[in-house]
Amino acid sequence: MAEKISNKSVMLNPFSKNNPVIVQILGICSVLAVTAKLEPAIVMGISVIAVLAFSNVIISLLRNTIPTNIRIIVQLVVVAGLVVIVDQLLKAYTYDVSKQLSVFIGLIITNCILMGRLEAFAMANKPWPSFLDGVGNGIGYAIILIIVGFFRELLGSGTLLGYQVIPQWCYDHGYVNNGLMILPPMALIVVGCIIWVHRSRNKDLQEN
Amino acid sequence: MPGGKLQSLQSVFEGFETFLYTPESTSQSGVHIHDSLDSKRVMILVVLALMPCFFFGMYNTGYQNLLAGGATEFPFWSIMAYGFLAILPTVVVTYVVGLGIEFVIAQLRHEEIQEGFLVTGILIPLICPIETPLWMIAVATAFSVIFVKEVFGGTGYNIFNVALVTRAFLFFAYPAQMSGDHVFVATSKIFGLGAQAPDGFSGATPLGQIATQTAGELHLTDLAGNAISTWQAFVGLIPGSFGETSTLCVCIGAAILLFTGIANWRIIVSVALGGLLMGWIANLCATPTYPASYLSPVSQLCYGGFAFAAVFMATDPVTAARTGTGKYIYGALVGIMAVLIRVYNNGYPEGAMLAVLLGNALAPLIDYCVVQANVNRRMRRLKAKVE
Repeated sequence: MAEKISNKSVMLNPFSKNNPVIVQILGICSVLAVTAKLEPAIVMGISVIAVLAFSNVIISLLRNTIPTNIRIIVQLVVVAGLVVIVDQLLKAYTYDVSKQLSVFIGLIITNCILMGRLEAFAMANKPWPSFLDGVGNGIGYAIILIIVGFFRELLGSGTLLGYQVIPQWCYDHGYVNNGLMILPPMALIVVGCIIWVHRSRNKDLQEN
Repeated sequence: MPGGKLQSLQSVFEGFETFLYTPESTSQSGVHIHDSLDSKRVMILVVLALMPCFFFGMYNTGYQNLLAGGATEFPFWSIMAYGFLAILPTVVVTYVVGLGIEFVIAQLRHEEIQEGFLVTGILIPLICPIETPLWMIAVATAFSVIFVKEVFGGTGYNIFNVALVTRAFLFFAYPAQMSGDHVFVATSKIFGLGAQAPDGFSGATPLGQIATQTAGELHLTDLAGNAISTWQAFVGLIPGSFGETSTLCVCIGAAILLFTGIANWRIIVSVALGGLLMGWIANLCATPTYPASYLSPVSQLCYGGFAFAAVFMATDPVTAARTGTGKYIYGALVGIMAVLIRVYNNGYPEGAMLAVLLGNALAPLIDYCVVQANVNRRMRRLKAKVE
């Protein structure tokens, strides 16, 4: 890295100004897939934070010993190992949620955010900043996941974390849950709205 | 008046001033030649072409209501009055929500108000079932005006037909309320007019009956239990969304649009031919698994929203293909897909809506291929000449 970036900004930048989902548009696939309910969205967010943070640290420790031409394979092996651990933990402790997340925990391996951070940051930085970068990007991803999951579950099922939020009174007077919110296209539109709000608050991110 | 105290409301004022008549003020310098058929006139003409469908929809609504209530006499004026009262709230809600959003956005962007919603606002009531709850119409209209039109830059920039997206939004968001046998026929009295349908009444559309039919020969019935003929479907006295039942009135509208040169005959003809072709193929290999394949190709055109979609939806100049050849391809695609979805997907009783949206999505690609083919052809010709 040419210029020194403080640890604090390494950690905090991905929350908003450099958010992996809404600024770099990475990891959209899982955002669409796992956010129909809030609970799997939160679990998925935590899983990605854990995998990202630890794979960043491991790769950062190994960075001087990895031959350049096989670095992607090494990264994949590290991420895959961590994903299997997370998958087994979820199966052991939160079986229902891991059922809902099904293949998407396994697919964390292919999440662009991970490979992106490993290539762009962990390969060139010391373990502690890499850890912070992993946590920061993971949280940036999780924030978006949780916002999308919140709106989709609220409007699509009328519940939050499985508890009824919209009162029965509304249903008696003709309110109906929006079935489109459960379908993936609406997740894309919710992400679009988040980007819309985000860009209008951060004018410097607007493209011409 | 520029700079006056009401300057901020200029877009609203100009919107109203040019709504029905031409303002006196003209530009002072330079040469400005303007076709008298501007977008406002085009919109008004489309609305006029929709009027036969609209009035027939009013009559049909009242007629179906009386039929559901078991009446034997059908007085014309009370039927019309009932239909008017039944549709009025929907029209008002659509226009208030849609135009409200357009006005606000035009003000925010300091632009003139564009009149695209004039047609959309009348199309939405026409393609929705009569018993659709008003708040659903409001939500769907707001959704499609914001996310389909304004996000892309307003009138003339939308990728998809705004009215159809409203309908698709309703269909996917509230499937239980937007299909089945309870929404297509008005079943209660309004201000003492009309009839009250008995409890447990079932008013499925012909295509709805086909979709729920499990096996065997087709047997379509109207509300009184009599069989429906293709002629009846052509005239339109069958249950269905408000304004799309009558193929006859759609034909009148098509004549107006073609005579004034607003709709493109290439699209209408190729949609119809595509539908006939696919209907013919489906009818050739008719199976009990897909009961809709028993319909003859001609009745495929008369049932459901096919004719309405062909004339008023597929021809939308903004979302259709623009090249001449592209229009044939686009139209045929819409026609074939509409019948294909209708016959072979039992989850969707009517395919015209989805077919037109698919056509909209592919229109730019079709145009691109047509233009590229032309470029290649001319390049070859040039090469041949040089050699």
